[in-house]
Amino acid sequence: MNNKELELNSINLRKNILKYIYKAKAGHTGGSLSCTDILNVLYNKVLNVDPDNFSDPDRDRYIQSKGHSVEALYVTLANRGFFPESDLETLCQYQSHYIGHPTKKVNGVEQNTGALGHGLSISVGEAIAAKLDKKSYRVYTLLGDGELPEGSNWEAFLSAAHYKLDNLYAILDYNQQQITGSTQEVMNTDSISDKLEAFGWAIKEVDGHNLLQLEDALNSGPVENGKPNFIIAHTIKGKGVSYMERVVKWHHGVPNPEQYEQAQKELNESAALI
Amino acid sequence: MELDIIEEKDLIMGKANQEVFSQTLQDLAATDKDIIVVTSDSRGSGKLVPFGQKYPDQIVEIGIAEQNLVGVSAGLASAGKKTFAVSPACFLTARALEQIKNDVAYSDNPVKLVGISAGVSYGALGTTHHSLHDFAVLRAINNMIIVAPADNFETEQALRKAIEINKPIYLRFGKKPMPNLGESNQCFELGKGRVLESGEGIAIIAAGETVYPAWKAAKALEENYDVKASVVSMHTIKPLDTDLLEELATNGKPIITVEEHMVNGGLGEACASHLFQKGFKNPFQIIGIPDEYTVTGSQVEIFNHYGISPQGILKVAVELLKI
Ligand SMILES: Cc1ncc(C[n+]2csc(CCOP(=O)(O)OP(=O)(O)O)c2C)c(N)n1
Ligand SMILES: [Mg+2]
Repeated sequence: MNNKELELNSINLRKNILKYIYKAKAGHTGGSLSCTDILNVLYNKVLNVDPDNFSDPDRDRYIQSKGHSVEALYVTLANRGFFPESDLETLCQYQSHYIGHPTKKVNGVEQNTGALGHGLSISVGEAIAAKLDKKSYRVYTLLGDGELPEGSNWEAFLSAAHYKLDNLYAILDYNQQQITGSTQEVMNTDSISDKLEAFGWAIKEVDGHNLLQLEDALNSGPVENGKPNFIIAHTIKGKGVSYMERVVKWHHGVPNPEQYEQAQKELNESAALI
Repeated sequence: MELDIIEEKDLIMGKANQEVFSQTLQDLAATDKDIIVVTSDSRGSGKLVPFGQKYPDQIVEIGIAEQNLVGVSAGLASAGKKTFAVSPACFLTARALEQIKNDVAYSDNPVKLVGISAGVSYGALGTTHHSLHDFAVLRAINNMIIVAPADNFETEQALRKAIEINKPIYLRFGKKPMPNLGESNQCFELGKGRVLESGEGIAIIAAGETVYPAWKAAKALEENYDVKASVVSMHTIKPLDTDLLEELATNGKPIITVEEHMVNGGLGEACASHLFQKGFKNPFQIIGIPDEYTVTGSQVEIFNHYGISPQGILKVAVELLKI
């Protein structure tokens, strides 16, 4: 995919996220739209994963710690050929494998997540294993900023630095909102970069909706040799739909028919501008 | 076979139990400034947004950190605050289990643990969001009372009693509106089952949101087979009302237990264990979630799939009664 195609693909993914949330009448809308560009870049420019041979032990690992943004993951996996997109017609329905959080029953999903504060520790384990086995695969994980107060994350931050896991990339979806309100109001984690630096991580800050910046940060070698990588992706919750952007209630809001039409229209207009 | 089963529309629906909980707590907090609610980005799902607006000094927000939520609650309770730690049952009782065991139960800090959206209330959000283990793990902890109210009446009563007794306690609520069951029995005592119907044919013992389908099954059994069932809301899972259990078992009639929990370690196994050790040999069947990757669906779809439904309970009753 060239840059223009990649930009268009982000919009296509956002349209699909909304399509399937609308159909399932459930989903985590705001957080899925906020990490769409990150997933688009990961799966189309960064990760060495093969839909037809996902279990390859040398594959890069992507573990979505903020499992609630599963719609973004599912549509990206479908888009990359892991399963037919039409499978998502059954999202959250009786007996479907496509439940409202990532599950390994779905081809391409690395770990079952959904309870926050688990992905980073599992990623540390995968990254230690790569070092032990002298394998060159990398481990990527996506964290929510509201998720950070889970104590397990801080245990994992320590161990990643202790084991000098420069093959580990933790990406923070830094939209500064959670369910109750802003992360600053609910449980302040400022300054996150200072904290992570003190914990021995190498920090890089990017615009989480700038595909080139994301690609550069996620593809280039370790930010610093011997240090785990913390990529702070500045994002907007609900990105791409005017009335959803930065509006907390869209965390798990489902659009009504008029809102759905308007969202699709806005995304089509954005596509036309590319 | 087409069976007559009482329709939802024939009953007067109440509210979701967790809504009644938050409303009642808000009422009590008006005059009791020692009441403190502790939340983990959970005030929305706990219906506590109005509480927070009205009594900002009586709510402590912890953020998404359930272990810290329970530890902090233990400290608040130890300092004399009537502390309610409110979080989805799945995270509260799994993530913070060691804090519950050591800081609440073992250290005897009278935290009121409130598990919201319990069981499979979160439906298609899947296993991470289900609490089908909470009775089992909490039953294995000394000094922990476990209560799963069936209806709005029991919910309000359980909340008041929890404040009164000032002991470690776990209150488990769902988010589906519940009708008021057992108009004839408006008695509530912790540790005492609430008998909603008395009958000599069979006994159905249920807890929480499964009492309602159990009650419907009993009605259908009477209507279609002329068998009268006892229906008990065994709201207190621990300590279990063993006196009532033995009383129900005395004439040898079949016993069915129903719960929104794994069969492993739940209400049914607690009842079976007691009765078997006392020498009872009643026909006995536990209805709950089996040990498997839970089917995807809404709460009702999951219930129906595993027979936690009027039809499912009725079918088991007919089998046990051999009618
Ligand atoms: C252990 C745990 N506690 C609570 C929740 C419920 N929950 C789901 S999403 C969410 C807010 C997450 O906020 P954030 O991490 O900032 O995600 P984003 O803004 O990217 O959607 C909460 C509290 C959960 N899934 N897991
Ligand atoms: Mg956030």
